[in-house]
Amino acid sequence: MTADSEFKRRTVLKAGSTAVTATFVATRTATPAAAAQTESSVDITLRVNGHDHRLAVEPRVTLLDALRERLDLTGTKKGCDRGECGACTVLADGRRIKSCLTLAVMRQNTEITTIEGLARGDRLHPLQEAFIRRDALQCGGCTPGQIMSGVACISEGHTRSADEIREWMSGNLCRCACYPNIVAAIQDAAK
Amino acid sequence: MRNFTYAAPRNVAEAVRLAGQPGARFIAGGTDLLNLMRDGAQSHGAIIDINGLALGDIVQRNGVIRIGALARMSDVAAHPAVRRSLPVVSEALLNSASPQVRNMAAVGGNVLQRTRCGYFRDSGTTCNKKTPGTGCPALEGENRGHAILGGSDHCLAVHPSDLAVALLAVDAVVLTDRRRFPFADLHVVPGTTPDQETVLGHGELITGFEIPVTPLAARSRYLKLRDRATFEFAVVSVAAALAMRGNTVRDVRLTFGGVATKPWRSPEAEDALRGKPLTTTTITEAGRALVRGAVTRDHNAFKVDLVQRALDGLLRDLGGAR
Ligand SMILES: Cc1cc2nc3c(=O)[nH]c(=O)nc-3n(C[C@H](O)[C@H](O)[C@H](O)COP(=O)(O)OP(=O)(O)OC[C@H]3O[C@@H](n4cnc5c(N)ncnc54)[C@H](O)[C@@H]3O)c2cc1C
Ligand code: SF4
Ligand code: FES
Ligand code: FES
Repeated sequence: MTADSEFKRRTVLKAGSTAVTATFVATRTATPAAAAQTESSVDITLRVNGHDHRLAVEPRVTLLDALRERLDLTGTKKGCDRGECGACTVLADGRRIKSCLTLAVMRQNTEITTIEGLARGDRLHPLQEAFIRRDALQCGGCTPGQIMSGVACISEGHTRSADEIREWMSGNLCRCACYPNIVAAIQDAAK
Repeated sequence: MRNFTYAAPRNVAEAVRLAGQPGARFIAGGTDLLNLMRDGAQSHGAIIDINGLALGDIVQRNGVIRIGALARMSDVAAHPAVRRSLPVVSEALLNSASPQVRNMAAVGGNVLQRTRCGYFRDSGTTCNKKTPGTGCPALEGENRGHAILGGSDHCLAVHPSDLAVALLAVDAVVLTDRRRFPFADLHVVPGTTPDQETVLGHGELITGFEIPVTPLAARSRYLKLRDRATFEFAVVSVAAALAMRGNTVRDVRLTFGGVATKPWRSPEAEDALRGKPLTTTTITEAGRALVRGAVTRDHNAFKVDLVQRALDGLLRDLGGAR
């Protein structure tokens, strides 16, 4: 998928959502992440993909919600919101973590890398390219998490065999069961 | 999740002072606490982030390995001294959760993850652990995952930690801000107060664990059986440490997960082996001794057989039994 078509898809989604604005707003105010600055908010700085972002969040806001709903970095996905699927995987100081299981306030002095931070300009990261070449996705819901986890799996050196990759990628589930192609893509990129 | 105030103290004294306030709770990795708070199973007015404390080191000195409470599961598993001298600890950790969770979770938080079952987080059911005195639906309900050892009529939930089973097998000592005591004394069985899971006081901080380096601990292994190949809690697990003199078992530790309400050591099973040769007969005897006091329910009786087979398999591997 090119950056261009991705942009168009999101524009369409946004336009479509205006039809249900009323309910959307109602749920938004109910979710902690979307709540505007309140008395209980704290000012924090998050360093994401090389940029500092100042924002006010309630302490209960997870890193995942801060990324998606406050910084508009929606590449990081929310699957289960309880540590079980891996869709929300990001790198914290180069180590893979699940952003739904940590609070934004706890990650202030951390260098966060999300899927948006992998490409260098127009040049995709080798693992992103390998995912395309190996057709390692269907719906794409798990893909950003798979790629972030795969990047770390490679840098950790856990790619000596397909079995080893499967074990060390076990924190990332794929409902579309693209596992063979995901393993192949990681093997390619690890070379 | 209810909102809370947040503090990130820089030293142990400050952390303990803040956590001593009513309603306060430490957070380390947050991987257990945040899920419980999200489910509404727990809520705390003040969260005390201990990640700024200097408690993350792993050092070996004077025949003791000291693991700081904030050392991450992944770092402990990969540490050369741990792999060499405490293989059961490294194996138990590598068989826990996922790489991401292991990068986040601290060993102190790991052994304090809550003992519970599926009913606990279900807001629509009663549960003695959630609200004391309301009853335990697991007794007559879904109890396949539940304990056959150490349970009571009040609660049957199993302690979920793999690491705790391993630490019990290597005679670990718990260090807190105010005292030190054997790891075996940390967890308590539910009895009539299932909401009470450890001997720690409110606001007591685990600062680390000390583990003696011994030939026994160096020959140790972990076997975990689960419903899928990986990224799953144990149905049954066994940690064993073995010291042989010729063909005779000089000393042994046998501890178990998935079958009991707390990390479970079986002195009876150990006695069945100590001073004896490791044979099919003695291993079978050890397994029988382990489950002699087992109490089963509708769906978990299979664990009685499964845990004995797991013990058998692990001891053969470790001891080369004939
Ligand atoms: C998807 C998933 C799969 C998992 N699979 C497994 C598995 O297979 N095996 C397994 O063993 N575990 C498993 N776990 C559990 C996981 O290992 C624990 O959640 C984790 O180890 C808890 O550590 P933490 O640092 O995140 O603790 P936190 O969530 O931060 O804290 C847990 C509790 O300990 C208290 N606490 C933390 N540190 C201290 C301290 N130093 N002193 C006093 N109190 C303290 C906190 O107040 C809190 O009550 C899994 C978890 C998830 C989310
Ligand atoms: S087994 Fe324990 S945790 Fe589960 S429902 Fe019964 S009392 Fe609650
Ligand atoms: S959304 Fe974080 S692991 Fe599923
Ligand atoms: S591609 Fe659909 S969940 Fe993985």
